[in-house]
Amino acid sequence: MSSVTATKRPGRARAPRAAAPGARPRGPDPGAWFLVLPALLPILVLSVGPLLYGIALAFTDAQSGRVQATRWVGALNFQDLLHDTLFWESFRIGLVWAAGVTVPQFLLALGLALLLNQDLRLRWLARALAIVPWAMPEVVVGIMWRLVYNPDAGILNETLRNLGLGEGRDWLSGLATALPAVIVVGVWAGMPQTTVALLAGLQNTPRELHEAAALDGAGAWRRFRTVTWPALRPVALAITALNLIWNFNSFALVYVLTNGGPGGRTRLPMLFAYEEAFRYGQFGYAAAMGCVMVAAVSVLIALSLVRRLKGDQDR
Amino acid sequence: MSALRTSGPARAGQYLALLAYLVFLAFPFLWLLSTAFKPAPELASLHPTWIPEDPTLDNFRQAFDEQPLLRAAANSLLAAVCAAVIAVAVATPLAYVTARHRGRLAGAATGWVVISQAFPFVLVIIPLFLVLKNLHLINSVAGLVLVYVVWSLPFALWMLMGYVRAVPAELEEAAAVDGAGRIRTLVSVTAPLLGPGIVATALFAFVTAWNEFFFALVLLKTPEKQTLPVVLTHFLGAEGVADLGPLAAAAFLATLPSLLVFALLQKRIAGGMLAGAVKS
Repeated sequence: MSSVTATKRPGRARAPRAAAPGARPRGPDPGAWFLVLPALLPILVLSVGPLLYGIALAFTDAQSGRVQATRWVGALNFQDLLHDTLFWESFRIGLVWAAGVTVPQFLLALGLALLLNQDLRLRWLARALAIVPWAMPEVVVGIMWRLVYNPDAGILNETLRNLGLGEGRDWLSGLATALPAVIVVGVWAGMPQTTVALLAGLQNTPRELHEAAALDGAGAWRRFRTVTWPALRPVALAITALNLIWNFNSFALVYVLTNGGPGGRTRLPMLFAYEEAFRYGQFGYAAAMGCVMVAAVSVLIALSLVRRLKGDQDR
Repeated sequence: MSALRTSGPARAGQYLALLAYLVFLAFPFLWLLSTAFKPAPELASLHPTWIPEDPTLDNFRQAFDEQPLLRAAANSLLAAVCAAVIAVAVATPLAYVTARHRGRLAGAATGWVVISQAFPFVLVIIPLFLVLKNLHLINSVAGLVLVYVVWSLPFALWMLMGYVRAVPAELEEAAAVDGAGRIRTLVSVTAPLLGPGIVATALFAFVTAWNEFFFALVLLKTPEKQTLPVVLTHFLGAEGVADLGPLAAAAFLATLPSLLVFALLQKRIAGGMLAGAVKS
């Protein structure tokens, strides 16, 4: 071990204070702070600070463009929220959307990742294409799918007509079809990240184990369950949890596709809170919605973690 | 190896599945392209075709006439470049320290990365809006850059920590033995090895900022200041009945920079995502 690491590791507690005035700051602590500060300041001022400020706002009657001073109102916003059926309807839609996107997203991405992990021709093309939705701005994804769903000039209805499956419909304005149509777009847009993460996870699974299992006569499904899945599980768990959060908090896609319509059928909680804050100027009330959304996400994550842990014990 | 050879029918099934994926992934983008190059009469036709019968560039011309696309692109470029450069400049030292010194700091950093993913933007944007308003940074690219820096920090930090861990600490120790100070070691030993990782992270931060919509929508009020994604939504009009051709043309152009960067980054993206995850 060299001299620097010798002071670096155990020195974290003691060494720096011994530095004489004028000596070069060799100890880790002053140097480390110098390195950490440029990131820490913006994080504290523009991320942690606003987060706490936002939570505090939820307990005030803050509004945009008001002259009077903002007052504390206690839990009044939350009480109002409890009786706000529109919000809970939006909340329900948010849950349906988050689950409806995350689950197919995971299954489709897993399938694609397994395929891309094989020695297939055209794999390079699929890999390149699988990345495309990730690279596109969400607004463009929304615009693109509006063109696909367009009742007259869209390719979807034209294809249905050509296949003799009826005249097609106005997918994004139909009360029954709007949410499913939007969910399909969500799945499409979110597949790449999931695929890339799962593919990387797959490439870490030991190939020798696969071969050994195959020699022992295990079929493809058995091999997947006993060899691939245990190795993939941590990645799968992490990416699904992240997807769930991202999807629940998603905004731009649906804003462009339907702007929450028709009749609020696709009004995700983020759209609802955005309108409350920046169209009606109810900052305090919207912040309370944000708090409820954070709580919901935390519960979702906690639940899924508990279920996974239980699953471990059952094995 | 031989035990894993897939049977003929199974292989055929795999190709079929792969084909289905290719179609699903590609067709919306191809349709966007097709729409962008169609003349107005074809767009109004009740039987749209995949390949424009009479391809034209009119939609592109019209798109530039209808909306200030060039200025919007300039705004986007400015915001994204500044955000990427600052985010990486600020995140690299922190990533270095947290990756090298396991301990409370590393724990706090990882914790913050996770937590920052979990809270909805709306809870952050309202206070940020109020703060930036007091600083007179609403409706300015500078204010947006500040937000983007903080917003891209968690992922930048995550990627960079992975890259730092990939640089053997022994190299730094060797430099120290040769008498190089901390700064000197960082500049002439670590930085060159980290270079490609830093570039990849910066490019990723660039795309994130270039594509971002929500913060730009809230913070930028006048058309002269707005970024490309916000200006694109103006094509949709109030009733959502858009001029499809110019809309498609503009949307296609707005995607090109991101596609280009992702093409460059293809391999590194997977590596970066996992580098942070696997070794921690």
